[in-house]
Amino acid sequence: MYSKGLAPLAAATVVTVTAALSMVFFYAPNDADQGFVQKIFYVHVPMAIVALCGFIAGGVFAIRHLRSGDSSWDLRSYVAIHMSIILGVGVLVTGAIWAKASWGHWWVWDEPVLVSFLVVFLLYCVYYPLRFSIEDPGRQARYSSVFAIAAGAFVPLNFVAVRLAEAYTHPRVLSQTGGSMPGDMRLTFLVSIAGMALLFVTLWKLELTAKHASMQLKRLRNRARVAA
Amino acid sequence: MPALPLDEAGKYVAGAYVVFLALVLVYVAIIAAKIARLERQISELVPSENDE
Repeated sequence: MYSKGLAPLAAATVVTVTAALSMVFFYAPNDADQGFVQKIFYVHVPMAIVALCGFIAGGVFAIRHLRSGDSSWDLRSYVAIHMSIILGVGVLVTGAIWAKASWGHWWVWDEPVLVSFLVVFLLYCVYYPLRFSIEDPGRQARYSSVFAIAAGAFVPLNFVAVRLAEAYTHPRVLSQTGGSMPGDMRLTFLVSIAGMALLFVTLWKLELTAKHASMQLKRLRNRARVAA
Repeated sequence: MPALPLDEAGKYVAGAYVVFLALVLVYVAIIAAKIARLERQISELVPSENDE
């Protein structure tokens, strides 16, 4: 069910991620201002974008769950949020490394992009205790979906709020005027985003497959116990 | 802050990419362990050809 198309997707992920890494180190030039340290950008920003999209996708799946009552949508929502939190850890750690290299500090509290991502990350950290404190599976799925929708709506609002903030330190890479990156850097960045998105979808499908198989096995065991 | 020299910047860049790769590898290892456990449980549930 969930494993459909997983093998070609995994192959596409390997090819795209390899291409992205090759382009980062052998094609994209060093940044005139930051130098070699700017290479962190190609892993940090795509991870952040994909993590935020994953949180929004979790909200969209949660809407489908509440509309249809189909628990498979809740599972999709849970795994999307779970994956995004893992990527979120990567974003915060690589961001701290980049901050130390660029600004001399591991964390800068007056940087709106950093702090807003931390707020979103901490918001989603509440999802686990909320979900696993409810034993009844139906209620657990419903309450988790409501949380996923509310938090998912907060993500784009947060993004807009940061864009409206006055102080910009991060480069504008996807603005309507074309951003501030030269063509080769922009292409490398887009391939990096594609690789990260494919990696996210592959691992999401892989975890869904494992969780679905585990649930089926549990059902099979119960049936065998009843038959015995 | 001026751009860091290559030898110093390299450590930070390597650190960031190692963090990313470690995250992916640890995640894949956990999923692989889960799948291996599932496979073992299924083989316990389904009798092998020798048992029949």
